[in-house]
Amino acid sequence: MSRLTVPKTYKLYIGGKFPRSESGRTYEVRAADGGFLANAAKASRKDARDAVVAARAALSGWSGATAYNRGQVLYRIAELLEGRRAQFIDEIVHVEGVSPAEAAAQVDAAIDRWVWYAGWADKYQQVTGNANPVSGPYFNLSVAEPTGVVAVIAPQQNSLIGLVGVVAPALVAGNTVVVVASEAAPLSAISLAEVLATSDVPGGVVNILTGSPAEMAPWLAGHADVNAIDLTGATELDWVDLEIAAAETLKRVLRPAGGVDAAAPALERITWLTETKTVWHTKALI
Amino acid sequence: MSFLDYAPAPESTSVLNLKKQYGLFINGEFVDGRGDGFATISPATEKHIAQIATATDADVDDAVRAARRAYDTVWSTMSGSDRGKYLFRIARLVQERARELAVAESLDNGKPIKESRDVDVPLVAAWFFYYAGWADKLDHAGLGANPRSLGVAGQVIPWNFPLLMLAWKIAPALAAGNTVVLKPAETTPLTALIFAEILQQAELPAGVVNIVTGAGATGRALVAHPGIDKVAFTGSTAVGREIARTIAGTSKRVTLELGGKAANIVFDDAPIDEAVEGIVNGIFFNQGHVCCAGSRLLVQESIHDEVIERLKRRMSTLRVGDPLDKNTDVGAINSREQLDRIRALSDQGEAEGAERWSPDCELPTDGFWFKPTIFTGVSTSDTIAREEIFGPVLSVLTFRTPAEAIAKANNTPYGLSAGIWSDKGSRILAVADKLRAGVIWANTFNKFDPSSPFGGYKESGYGREGGKHGLGAYLATAASGTSLPSSIAPSVPAELSAPAELSAPAEPATPAEPTAAEPTAAEPASTTETTTAPNGAAE
Repeated sequence: MSRLTVPKTYKLYIGGKFPRSESGRTYEVRAADGGFLANAAKASRKDARDAVVAARAALSGWSGATAYNRGQVLYRIAELLEGRRAQFIDEIVHVEGVSPAEAAAQVDAAIDRWVWYAGWADKYQQVTGNANPVSGPYFNLSVAEPTGVVAVIAPQQNSLIGLVGVVAPALVAGNTVVVVASEAAPLSAISLAEVLATSDVPGGVVNILTGSPAEMAPWLAGHADVNAIDLTGATELDWVDLEIAAAETLKRVLRPAGGVDAAAPALERITWLTETKTVWHTKALI
Repeated sequence: MSFLDYAPAPESTSVLNLKKQYGLFINGEFVDGRGDGFATISPATEKHIAQIATATDADVDDAVRAARRAYDTVWSTMSGSDRGKYLFRIARLVQERARELAVAESLDNGKPIKESRDVDVPLVAAWFFYYAGWADKLDHAGLGANPRSLGVAGQVIPWNFPLLMLAWKIAPALAAGNTVVLKPAETTPLTALIFAEILQQAELPAGVVNIVTGAGATGRALVAHPGIDKVAFTGSTAVGREIARTIAGTSKRVTLELGGKAANIVFDDAPIDEAVEGIVNGIFFNQGHVCCAGSRLLVQESIHDEVIERLKRRMSTLRVGDPLDKNTDVGAINSREQLDRIRALSDQGEAEGAERWSPDCELPTDGFWFKPTIFTGVSTSDTIAREEIFGPVLSVLTFRTPAEAIAKANNTPYGLSAGIWSDKGSRILAVADKLRAGVIWANTFNKFDPSSPFGGYKESGYGREGGKHGLGAYLATAASGTSLPSSIAPSVPAELSAPAELSAPAEPATPAEPTAAEPTAAEPASTTETTTAPNGAAE
């Protein structure tokens, strides 16, 4: 005798909560074979703006946390993801139409990616900063700090590792994130939001929007309270116009990239979302 | 006769050997420009100095082609140690011709000779000396083994520190193995052209550095030229935005050093006399034509009256006048256009209710002059508290708690620099952590050094100049293409990147290295070997 399943409602993730789109819109997520999988929330530009407000509100706490603490929080995500490995494999098999082995490889890579970036949290400043031997009686130090609120267009393929590959490095330095998930394959993004919500990541540090990147990206690129925009997943969008819009407030822009692993793990992914601060302090003449 | 009445002590201009007119410096030679030339004048007297060529689009194209040829055939294949030796030569020639460069700079720019002599030119030599040593040590720059140069750099610099900004741009570019086309500001081309003569004396291979003079159109042609791989700009945020739009969708890398509205925060436990010197240095150094100038004084309410009284007393001793006089503290405003802007913003400050004060001082009749000015009773919404004036005008605001000081300091779209004055080290470090600015001076202000990165957060631009970070702005990791996917490039060693779990050596979505900053004033941190002791500015 068969049991009637209980399907999940996929919603947005903003400020640590799971709202529907304020617009009331949804869109159908279909399996690779065309079958209906779920109705996902179709976020509006107002949802995107709400997400930026949440990210800005969370910035002070997250960037002010100790590096050791941020590293532990990121590692905790990997722990919880590991525990829900089967669910993510199942979703990826259905949405992306890949084999269970391929889906498992993607989930494992995503878990390991969190671990790799978690380890950077209390080290990247040691690698990128330095003391400067200025000609005078000054203590002079350059250190990296988070750029601020980062908007991200996630890769459209490899929906889980693509998303983790762009979000995790932004979090390492203490940035907060508004990310637009893969349009066609948003399920693992929202399931990841459930992982984030039940781990130790403060609400608002990561905000996940599902829907049309083409519709939301211009609003994020032009938003005056967004400090940087990562266009890694914007290969199919009119990204030159997005870069032009970003110039209005001199946002830092990461141009689109293709490839199987568009957001390959790299220290540069952390450092491009940092600002170098140099502090001069006088020394007494004794 | 008061103690301020010194006898004139003008620096002699006999050390100068200026030509009546200067062409463009392309492929190692001076050539005529195709555009209508223009005159460069002394802002202190409005007297004609020399006739300068205007580079048209075709001239810019010639310069870029020369730079490309030099890159392909000479500079990119030369050993790092030989590149470095050329830069060492240049540093020495700058030192040898230091007095001439200082006089020319003060003549053309209007800045006091004591600043050009003791700050600008010694720092120029120091900048070349610092980056010369990097040329054969690029493997240690933090980008992994065998980092690659980018190609041809198009560089556009401002008029506030003409030769120093040239050094900030050219020295790291050449050390990293790039070739250069540089456009000086139209009101201050003189020292760049004398520098071209120095390059000839150094026998730098033809085309490695090309200098094209002209106004905005020349700069636009350079930035938009498809043969440029890297854009480096110092100047206004408005032009910075235009450049960011221009390079959108290209593979060009860019660093922008733009405007600022720095807070200079004075706590009640600060040594007040030292703080007053720092305030004066922060805003009146180089007539306030400094992007990192401390143009917003945030003073703790309990000491406001005392600080302002001592500040006014100190300002009354500033000598405003002939830039070539060795006793001059404040020189001429660089241009009539800038003077008009300073006047308009100051008038607006008065109209919005702030109280204006300037010391009594006689200004010369010819030339462009503006008295050192402070505004008290300024509120955060006033125009003079928000907009960059780029002149000797200080806006004074107050605060009660450190949190209020931080909030007010960060209440600006800019984020270039800030100052903190306090006797309490733990408070300085805590406040420095919270300030969103690229350079923080604690109990000092307007210090510059080639080893120290400089550049801004937010709308003050991106990228850093100076230090290892500034070198990285002209390099790409061996693994990445010269055309990095991002306008920002982080400086990170390739070998530090983790292996991609998913195989596929996909196009590195990784940016190249940290960038962004804004050029500005300069006071040498101290003496460099063989150069005149710095320490020109007031601090």
